[in-house]
Amino acid sequence: MSTVSEPDRVEKAEVSQAESTTDAVQHQAQAKLGELAAKHTPVPEDQREPVLRLDGVTVSYSGAPAVCDVTMDVFRYQVTAFIGPSGCGKTTLLRSLNRMNDLITGATVDGSITYHGHDLYGSSVDAVEVRRRIGMVFQRPNPFPKSIYDNVAFGLRLHGMKDGLDERIESALHKAALWDEVKDRLKKSALALSGGQQQRLCIARALAIEPEIVLMDEPASALDPIATQRIEDLVNDLKRDYTIVIVTHNMQQAARVADMTAFFSVDVKDGGHRNGVLVEYAPTADLFIRPADPRTEAYVTGRFG
Amino acid sequence: MSAQANPLVGHGGRARRRKLTGQVMEAVATSAALLAAAVLAIVLFTLTKRALPALNVDLFTQNAAPFGQTGGGIKNAIVGTVIITGIATAIALPAGVLLAIFNTEFAPRRLADLIGLTLNVLSGVPTIVIGVFIFGLVVVGRGQSAYAGALGLSIVMLPLVARATEEVLRLVPSHLREGGMALGATRARTVITVILPTAIGGIVTATILAVARAAGETAPLLFTTSIFVGTTVNTDPSQAMASIPMVIFTSSEQPDPHAQQQAWAAALVLVVIVLAGSIAGRLLSLRTRRQIEQVR
Repeated sequence: MSTVSEPDRVEKAEVSQAESTTDAVQHQAQAKLGELAAKHTPVPEDQREPVLRLDGVTVSYSGAPAVCDVTMDVFRYQVTAFIGPSGCGKTTLLRSLNRMNDLITGATVDGSITYHGHDLYGSSVDAVEVRRRIGMVFQRPNPFPKSIYDNVAFGLRLHGMKDGLDERIESALHKAALWDEVKDRLKKSALALSGGQQQRLCIARALAIEPEIVLMDEPASALDPIATQRIEDLVNDLKRDYTIVIVTHNMQQAARVADMTAFFSVDVKDGGHRNGVLVEYAPTADLFIRPADPRTEAYVTGRFG
Repeated sequence: MSAQANPLVGHGGRARRRKLTGQVMEAVATSAALLAAAVLAIVLFTLTKRALPALNVDLFTQNAAPFGQTGGGIKNAIVGTVIITGIATAIALPAGVLLAIFNTEFAPRRLADLIGLTLNVLSGVPTIVIGVFIFGLVVVGRGQSAYAGALGLSIVMLPLVARATEEVLRLVPSHLREGGMALGATRARTVITVILPTAIGGIVTATILAVARAAGETAPLLFTTSIFVGTTVNTDPSQAMASIPMVIFTSSEQPDPHAQQQAWAAALVLVVIVLAGSIAGRLLSLRTRRQIEQVR
């Protein structure tokens, strides 16, 4: 991925030969992304089953829209990636999908987000129930300062899922590919684990309460390449049983893990207000190989401005 | 200046002046720090020297001598101080911790600022005013009691506990709150199961420091639990109770040299208690900060 800054581009316009070389490199990169993405077999269009439907969703902080008018569906047992430059509102949008934005004073969501046809923001909806069915994993691993066991047990105890607690915990740790590494030290502090293990523990913690959807906010951005690969492998395994929405600023990662990809960009309005918009949403391979929008193409080929 | 003059060495008036200013400021700052340490050292030295003649086992095992007699100890006053500060802590600790939780976790920004300001003002209220306030509110009509004294002390402790607890709660990183909430915990549940256990060390620290401070307060007790304290151990808080600060206050005013010595000894006991509490508090607080640092 080569992000080219503004002054570089001006220089290249002057040296046409350099530009054509760069172009070739860029197209290679794009082809590589397409190749990675082609390994996925997204569900054909007519068999897609929407779990979350976003219709004209705008998320604002204190009245200033951060991401505007997003309409898209999230499909069952698919990995959906949100990609785009910093400040395009992808994390903001993700957090509105399980009402984590409720915690931020001044954050409002307009438009409608439905989960199996039920309005997520309906007046009788309990945010706690929303978050039980739609789990979340954060950018930085955030295990509680408790034992590994208690971390996974936290949500289970919270929701009264206490029958077969040990089995549920073992199963969650298995699903998160962490069991073999921690089975002998379940009662030890979670803080003694490595960053990658902590993140998988956070995934186990989220899976334990049997959510249908797992939201992941750049789950590997604080991890080293090996730990990152383990998380990506895990995501590929998990989509058999879960619907996953993952925010990433790494296009290769999106190409490696996502069936569907949504590309967001930043719109600069008159007066300088910037807000995110959904530019294009398509099966990942299509988005990388045949981007329909010039902005998407500029981004995936690395000519993003 | 020769041609080989080292360019990295300052020359001329400006450089000299700069160097001199630096040295003078350093000296002033160092002596200010030494002065503070010296004051503490002098206080401790004087206290120890004057208290030594009266510092014996009797001081801790004997009750106050009956009026007109010499001898005796401050056992009843020590017991009184323990009971009064104990009750004060029982009032101020839950109130202060709950207030801090409300302020950091639930209150809207403006209200939180307002409460913070109120607490700062409250901690600045002269303790004699708190004494008079409790006197008018509780003592008038009902008479003096250890309860009244404890209530006064709890007002002294409340802002200390609340402010210090707030500080540790704010240290607990917000991604732990999010983690709890993302699993479907309510705010209150997250506070109880995640935030408080993480911050507990800091809350204990805050309490120890507040207790140490309250144990030495005299003014709130002066109006509330100072007369007819008796010369035996009293464990009934509905009666006036002897306390170490009051022993210091009354004994030091007596003509009897033994009583004066005893006042010095009581003062030393009090300072040692307060100092031990402060040091224990500081050490604990360092530990808590390190623990929280680990989660960040």
